[in-house]
Amino acid sequence: MTATTAPHAADAHAHGGGHHTSLGLDNRKIAIWTFIGSECMLFASLISTYLIYKGRSPEGPYPHEAWTNPATGEVFKPILNIPVTSASTFVLLMSSLAMVLALAAVQNKHVPKRTRGEEILGSSKLWLWTTCLLGLGFLGFQAYEFTSFIHEGLSIRTNLFGSSFFTLTGFHGAHVTAGVLWLATLLAIDYKRGLGPQDALLVDIAALYWHFVDVVWIVIFTLVYLIQ
Amino acid sequence: MADHSHGAEGAHPTWSTYWKVALFLTVITIVEVWAYYIPALVESAIFVPSLLIMSAVKFVVVVMFYMHLKYDHKLFRALFTGPLILAALTLIALLFLFSKLVVRLGVGG
Repeated sequence: MTATTAPHAADAHAHGGGHHTSLGLDNRKIAIWTFIGSECMLFASLISTYLIYKGRSPEGPYPHEAWTNPATGEVFKPILNIPVTSASTFVLLMSSLAMVLALAAVQNKHVPKRTRGEEILGSSKLWLWTTCLLGLGFLGFQAYEFTSFIHEGLSIRTNLFGSSFFTLTGFHGAHVTAGVLWLATLLAIDYKRGLGPQDALLVDIAALYWHFVDVVWIVIFTLVYLIQ
Repeated sequence: MADHSHGAEGAHPTWSTYWKVALFLTVITIVEVWAYYIPALVESAIFVPSLLIMSAVKFVVVVMFYMHLKYDHKLFRALFTGPLILAALTLIALLFLFSKLVVRLGVGG
């Protein structure tokens, strides 16, 4: 498996159900890019809210600093768990790799495979499953993080940091969940009738959404977790 | 047939490019996390700018290579970068408005 060379517009035209604009572009692809553009605005507003409220909570727990409750004397350690979040970031980055390989596998479905290895690596089911499982892995990390935060005394109602943090990362987690469900429908189609080059646009649109969720996390990871 | 007259659409990257991009993203992520654990670096003035630059590089690489924006039609670039720039400017404006970013002007005399 060496190359994936099918241009997007060719995929769009090969797909029977597509409608094309005067530019020769499939309107569904224009729609997903427009949607992604609007999602940029949504996440910018959530990130802005987080950054504005950062450091303005009169009471802890805080993301990067320890805090002692003056009323009870209870000590709260810094709440963010960077090793766990780094692992979940790596998982999401690898899911993006699996997603592009799934798209490449669909586009090259009919390219003859010379070896058993090429056949396995060219399987769209393999890469769609991998993407789905890595997405679920990321959600598992997030569930663990949220649960541990609540056990450590930080909930969405505790302080400004908790409210803005859970809203931002919760919205992102909801997007990942939607992406996993979307990928599951593609897997179901693949098992039912097989995804081929004629379906490349369907997979491409799902892939664009998935990669967008990934790039949003790249920004969140830096702004929320690493910058103190 | 595919319309290539607009000159912005071409072949997708190869498998090896996808793997190289993944390796590059992993290395940058490792460097980011490594920087987080060096107190001297965290307290230095270059910590935040360097993290922002590394994050921006990862963002651009995923968008260009995994989302194929480098190889796709110009219209898609406009549909993405237009709102992205607007979102970034809104974010920066809000940070100034709420005094999270401050420009220090020199005072004469």
